[in-house]
Amino acid sequence: MPHPTFNMTPPDVQLEKALTGIEGLDEITSGGLPKGRPTLICGSAGCGKTMFAIEFLVRGILEHGEPGVFIAFEESPEDLAKNVASLGFNLKELEEQGKLIVEYIHIDKSDIAVAGDFDLEGLFLVLQSCVESIGAKRVSIDTLEALFSGFDNHALLRQEIRRLFRWLKDRDLTTVITAERGDGALTRQGLEEYVSDCVIVLDHRIIDQVSTRRLRVVKYRGSVHGTNEYPFLIDDGGISVLPISSLGLDHPASKERISTGVPRLDIMMEGKGYYRGSSVLVSGTAGSGKTSLANFFADATCRRGEKCLYMAFEESPSQIKRNMESLGLNQEQWTSKGLLTYYASRPSLHGLEMHLVKIHKMVKEIRPQVIVIDPITNLTSLATMSEVNAMLVRLIDFLKAEGITALFTSLTSGTQSILEATDVGVSSLIDTWLLVRDIESSGERNRGMYVIKSRGMAHSNQIREFRLSSEGIDLRDVYVGPSGMLTGSARLTMEAEERAAAVTAEQEIENTKIRLERKRQALEAQWAVMQAEFANEEEEAARFISQKKSVQGHLMEDRNEMARQRKSDDAEPLNVKPLNLHPPTLKPSAVNGRKGE
Amino acid sequence: MMENANVEPGSGAVPLPEEPELHDTFLLKLYVAGQTPKSMAAIENLNKICKEHLLGFYKLEVIDLARNPALARTDKILAIPTLVRNLPTPISRIIGDLSDEEQVLIGLNIKKI
Repeated sequence: MPHPTFNMTPPDVQLEKALTGIEGLDEITSGGLPKGRPTLICGSAGCGKTMFAIEFLVRGILEHGEPGVFIAFEESPEDLAKNVASLGFNLKELEEQGKLIVEYIHIDKSDIAVAGDFDLEGLFLVLQSCVESIGAKRVSIDTLEALFSGFDNHALLRQEIRRLFRWLKDRDLTTVITAERGDGALTRQGLEEYVSDCVIVLDHRIIDQVSTRRLRVVKYRGSVHGTNEYPFLIDDGGISVLPISSLGLDHPASKERISTGVPRLDIMMEGKGYYRGSSVLVSGTAGSGKTSLANFFADATCRRGEKCLYMAFEESPSQIKRNMESLGLNQEQWTSKGLLTYYASRPSLHGLEMHLVKIHKMVKEIRPQVIVIDPITNLTSLATMSEVNAMLVRLIDFLKAEGITALFTSLTSGTQSILEATDVGVSSLIDTWLLVRDIESSGERNRGMYVIKSRGMAHSNQIREFRLSSEGIDLRDVYVGPSGMLTGSARLTMEAEERAAAVTAEQEIENTKIRLERKRQALEAQWAVMQAEFANEEEEAARFISQKKSVQGHLMEDRNEMARQRKSDDAEPLNVKPLNLHPPTLKPSAVNGRKGE
Repeated sequence: MMENANVEPGSGAVPLPEEPELHDTFLLKLYVAGQTPKSMAAIENLNKICKEHLLGFYKLEVIDLARNPALARTDKILAIPTLVRNLPTPISRIIGDLSDEEQVLIGLNIKKI
């Protein structure tokens, strides 16, 4: 049965949103917090609620020109200013400019005696006076639950809090209210009952002694929002949330090719190198030259005047630089020009998500064309394989969406059979996969390299010997002969042998030629002698013939004379035909060798 | 140990707390907001208590925060009505419509006569 269709035009009035300016949050909430309404931020102690509240105001002032009021029940303005100074926020300055008011309200139960009914009109008046004095558009209240410890009459408090939210809404104030996380409930005092528009939960989890902060939009009335838990980071730039659901497979593919930094490797890939924006995995066993390949790629990037971000999870930047110097690479020149940025950190410093957030953040800051992560396998110490895999999917999606070419190195261990299988299961995400491996033979280890796959290009299928020297990376053809594949000194030996054999063969050919020539000369000499002999014989024969002829002639004449004298009748003269005694003529070609002919 | 003029060591005698206070002038400020029933009740209750217990010893100032909201900020007034005893020190605060006379007297540190 077909579904009934409704021809409804969407209403023009859409929920207005206020951009928070907090990195990533505006993407998750598709546009920020509900404008002119209260938003509840709940979380346990130390999860960043106060930071959130203050950053919301500061970014509102700095980025959107909306003055803000911070009502602090817990921290004094001095403490607060000190705490956020580490984020680069100067609260004093903003207060002096009349854009921010930090109002500290201290509630001490022991100071207050209760005698009869009361309400919290004073709080409203405090708020009103603060808001009016600077024309505030945003308010943060940190934390409202402090009221519950100050006053015993909770029924009255609830009523007043409900009134407060209505009051804030009526004045079109975009408000962030923080609350402690309770057992089984979002907040200890059930404040979420009153805030119906937007509730965000902050969480701070420790897994394997590594902490990860997460943020989740539990509820956002009237708006589409990401429902996942998003990791977030608080660092010297404030809060950054990592949106993970906004990524898809719709990134454009570039046809541009960029050099790998190793000319011979470029040749293996149609002479052009990697595709721009592709992801490259260099996997290999320990010491097989992965970092070197990565650095050559970084070098080539900087040579084109592009930026490269190098996330080193294994070595310190200075150590990498020193090691690369031995290969003739001067990475210092690029770091000093700001083209190459090394970021080194131990994987165990943060949780997996934090690393991802950190990478995101640095990519947004530096805007590199190329990113190197060396190695991704170290991250597996932090989480399970599937988590690492999930993180890499997100990372690769993100980098592709940004059009950044990424090179990951991956340490593989073990025998050849699992060399190609255990690369954190990311092989399917990777466009170009290079494998560098040790080849052990005849008492030495050599490095062999080949392109396992490279999507979209006719790459070489050859194994190359991968050599590191002070002149850089050199890829050599391996010796492939009847005795198998040879590398290193075995290859050199075999090549020398081949050279020797070739020389021998050359000499043999030369010898044969000489022999032939000599034979020809001998034969020719013989021929000349025979011809000379023949010429003699010919001459003799000719002489003999002419003699014979003249003798015959004389004989005839004599006989005729005798007949005339005998007066014989005119008998028929004796017709003696001369003998054909001419010698056979020799072909001129055959007498070439004879001189004087 | 600090020597206190009012305490005779070893005597066990405790000085009457109300004795010096009765001679001091009470400086009281009552913060209200507009003509709300609670505010009106507080003013009425306070006047009654003062007449009964502090006659001649007090100065009362009623401040309407509805007219001057900025004072709520400077004087840190959250609850309405709030009674503040500025003198004698220490400053003490009592909130509510002051209908509970006993609590008010305890809060002001006045003993019932």
